[in-house]
Amino acid sequence: MLVRPKPGILDPQGEAVGSALGHLGFEVRDARVGKVIDLEVEATDEAAAKAEVEQMCERLLANPLIESYEVEIVG
Amino acid sequence: MITYPGSQDDRDALWALAALDAEAVAVWHDDGELPDLDAVVIPGGFSYGDYLRCGAIARFSPATASVCEFADAGGLVLGICNGFQVLCEAGLLPGALLRNESLRFVCRDVPLTVEREDLAFTTRCTAGQRLMLPVKHGDGRYLPPQDLDPAQVVLRYLDNPNGSVENIAGVCNEAGNVMGLMPHPEHAVDPLLGSDDGALLLASLVDAARDRVLAAY
Repeated sequence: MLVRPKPGILDPQGEAVGSALGHLGFEVRDARVGKVIDLEVEATDEAAAKAEVEQMCERLLANPLIESYEVEIVG
Repeated sequence: MITYPGSQDDRDALWALAALDAEAVAVWHDDGELPDLDAVVIPGGFSYGDYLRCGAIARFSPATASVCEFADAGGLVLGICNGFQVLCEAGLLPGALLRNESLRFVCRDVPLTVEREDLAFTTRCTAGQRLMLPVKHGDGRYLPPQDLDPAQVVLRYLDNPNGSVENIAGVCNEAGNVMGLMPHPEHAVDPLLGSDDGALLLASLVDAARDRVLAAY
């Protein structure tokens, strides 16, 4: 799953990364830093796995006030 | 006073409360059942290494669940620094605390103004009073929810050290029995420490807890 700072939330870490890329000569309009969390879960099917991980996101892995999340099922 | 793995200001909080004539006891995070308490202080530090988000894991400690029940029943709860982060994550206080705008850890004394003098945590202060308290944090930028009632703002920075929205340094819940702040009153309870303004907040809490006990008799 992918956790991102929500649009409109100031992300100073992203700004620092963007500015460092600028120093390297890359033209970056905007940089935002999130995080990836890999989980291994057992479930009967993809929908069940996704539903469970979404609950994990709501309750712990993301703070809905400041972060959005996306769940991607692999394997 | 709750101690989590990674709490670091718990002993200072115990010392400060004892200096203010409170009978302060340490409760280990794994203890689900709180002793007979009149108030709870959640200290600063880096509970669970600040993993995931500051305060996010501490929220699931058995002691935190008991603190939530205590607060829901009207009990007085004060969260300092990491304790403030824990209370926000636990949903006892509105908003969230994010990485400092500067990305730098700040460690210095900051001037603040008191917005509320009618709370259990501020009775020894007057509205508009200026306090000098130390801050020391990397994740103290307060972001209120859009519908935050301005009356819930208890303290504001006069010199914003972290980019907090509207200079908010401390907030309370709607009922006024739970408060969180990023500055450290427990490090400012004696002139030898540079300031004793923190004693105003902690002594207010001790007064309020004592009044409640006496009222119960």
